[in-house]
Amino acid sequence: MPLLIKGRAVVEDGWMLLREAAALADVPADSPVIVPLALWQSEHDALAARGNVGVWLKPDDDPDALAGDVERLPLIAIDFPKFVDGRGYSSARLLRDKHRFAGELRAIGDVLRDQLYYLRQCGFDAFAIRVDRKAEDALGGLDDFSDNYQSTTARPVPLFRRRDTASESDTPLPTA
Amino acid sequence: MYQYDRHDQRLVDERVAQFRDQTRRFLAGELSEDEFRPLRLQNGLYIQKYAPMLRIAIPYGLLSTRQLRKLAHIGRKYDRGYGHFTTRQNIQFNWPRLEDVPDILAELASVQMHAIQTSGNCVRNITSDHFAGVAGDEIVDPRPYAELFRQWSTFHPEFAYLPRKFKIAVSGSAIDRAATLVHDIGVHAVRNEAGEVGFRVLVGGGLGRTPIIGHVIREFLPRQEILNYLDAILRIYNRFGRRDNMYKARIKILVKEMTLPVFAQHVESEWERLQGGLATVPDQEIERLASFFVPPPYEAVPGEDAGFRSAIADNRAFGNWVKRNVFPHKVPGYAVVSLSLKKTGVPPGDATSDQMDVVADLADIYSFGELRVSHEQNLIFTDVKQAELLALWGELKTLGFATPNIGLLTDIICCPGGDFCSLANAKSIPIAEAIQRRFDDLDYLYDIGDIDLNISGCMNACGHHHVGNIGVLGVDKNGQEWYQVSIGGDQGEKASLGKVIGPSFAADEMPDVVARLIDVYIERRHDDERFIDTVRRLGVEPFKERVYAAAH
Ligand code: HEM
Ligand code: SF4
Repeated sequence: MPLLIKGRAVVEDGWMLLREAAALADVPADSPVIVPLALWQSEHDALAARGNVGVWLKPDDDPDALAGDVERLPLIAIDFPKFVDGRGYSSARLLRDKHRFAGELRAIGDVLRDQLYYLRQCGFDAFAIRVDRKAEDALGGLDDFSDNYQSTTARPVPLFRRRDTASESDTPLPTA
Repeated sequence: MYQYDRHDQRLVDERVAQFRDQTRRFLAGELSEDEFRPLRLQNGLYIQKYAPMLRIAIPYGLLSTRQLRKLAHIGRKYDRGYGHFTTRQNIQFNWPRLEDVPDILAELASVQMHAIQTSGNCVRNITSDHFAGVAGDEIVDPRPYAELFRQWSTFHPEFAYLPRKFKIAVSGSAIDRAATLVHDIGVHAVRNEAGEVGFRVLVGGGLGRTPIIGHVIREFLPRQEILNYLDAILRIYNRFGRRDNMYKARIKILVKEMTLPVFAQHVESEWERLQGGLATVPDQEIERLASFFVPPPYEAVPGEDAGFRSAIADNRAFGNWVKRNVFPHKVPGYAVVSLSLKKTGVPPGDATSDQMDVVADLADIYSFGELRVSHEQNLIFTDVKQAELLALWGELKTLGFATPNIGLLTDIICCPGGDFCSLANAKSIPIAEAIQRRFDDLDYLYDIGDIDLNISGCMNACGHHHVGNIGVLGVDKNGQEWYQVSIGGDQGEKASLGKVIGPSFAADEMPDVVARLIDVYIERRHDDERFIDTVRRLGVEPFKERVYAAAH
């Protein structure tokens, strides 16, 4: 079974990713599967009834298309065909912040250690590291930074609301 | 200026550690060239023609003398003893070794500096008005907001892999000294009728291959909402900006293809959702940031200094320098001084480590230990006592930074061009030098008056040629270096793009071409009319006729 970073641990992945499924016949009957958005939409009722079907989005798929399904979907995956294509970061934030999706949000495709921190801040909590790299080696990337300035999905209160300017510890550092 | 606290310091320190590990993995073959490239670019590291090139941020142009000494040290220890100040309030070193870059970043972090996001497809160094805080025409001091934007953009997790680079400039004056109209986003700090500070927001400006002047997307945005609004613009751009063609990937193309009203509608509806949320900036935070930019302890001086006035009258050379390189200050008895990095024979924007050290000493003595970098590639002392100008001038002359040519024809903006840049079609530095040599008569330069001459070595327009009153662009014709000339470009609040006058020229023709353009101006100008105004009044035709009649 392929490995996956889930939260902060490396676990075995129980989900099957169907990159090419075009018809219901392509979908195995019992095991948990992740299907393309197009198939989810065309076979919506049959797939939704199963409870163990997730959906994956291409970079240009509109997350709003899942607005009505976020409550029932256990898993949504977002594909990064190339890690430099950053659209998935915004898709993730829309799913989490706008549509309040609370299930597993998984990054798939060209997913590498050096992007994990940013991905996590945007709401991803599962990372299917590219198959030629070891998930264990990538784990450290989750902790490249200990904080961020912005309001993010994972840490919604921005730094400027957390600074305690009255306290000694948050006064400016000496520059000399 | 802004001082880091433990949070800011920890983030830059963590960045150094991250990049040290990435560099190690790259050198060990664990990261491919393609995987490493975006990571090194986001730390300012290019691989250039001869060596790596490291671009260091000077956020909104502010530099302490301690930081400048560190830059001098870096130039000496890791480079060839000089650096190049760019049009984007950055400094570039052209010869560092890749293996040394993590150490250089650590040295920078020790003086609260970094090279974060000075390159790559992310939000770049925030730029602003080099006269911020001292200009008499200022509506709002833009620096607290520039720092707010610096923090917001630094390691923004959602916008590190945009379709293309993203540049934001902030101005707080009616006179725009930050070229905000040619940035992806221009932000103008303004006051509404009630006297409240807010922002006019512009999008979709930019130079490069497809130069476009920015459009106003919102006339007035409450100041507390600015980060929500920036998030909204960037999110729309990140999702819909083109990624199929890197020459069409800037936000200006998206705005053009979507049309401004449709783009604005997307942004506004996204903003509606974000309004009032946690990223809304409380006034306490704005006040905290503003507290770093309080005026230095000026002495109460009785207005105009009499000794200064008589020195101008007695000493013509000093008078010339004051006329061109000294600007009014809002505090009586003080002045703003521009150090010209445009001495003939020195590449525009270059300074040696030794010069940087002396500049730091001078800024400690004459200007409260701080200085600025302008996008015209000069250095600025913002707080000099009038009574001390004569002494400062003497020091700057020795240093080679007192060329009295600010705003004149020889104060050329120029990119590194073919001497350093692998994207170049043609060299640009030798053209600047040939023009400077041709116009070596100061009286004539003064008679010509205010004029911007900008040179880029290719259509990427790093030298801002589109907005030069005279713009020079290096082009490639059958493997040879040629130069296309445009006139009528302008930066500032009346920004306009220059018009090409006709077929391009060989390098050795360029000084004559410029001389003929100037001849037409001198003959046809009205009283007190600047070159740009004469071009606007007459159009391109008379200039074109003269240049090509003589050439062929
Ligand atoms: C030597 C290494 C450099 C390289 C490889 C380089 C590369 C580029 C490229 C590819 C563009 C076009 C981007 C686009 O249109 O989307 C560009 C634009 C620009 N660069 Fe550079 N550049 C270099 C040095 C500089 C320097 C030294 C300066 C400042 C003097 C500078 C300032 C700018 C500015 C102001 C623009 C145009 C504004 C805009 O993007 O709209 N660059 N650069
Ligand atoms: S304008 Fe062209 S030649 Fe000049 S620095 Fe930019 S990319 Fe290089």
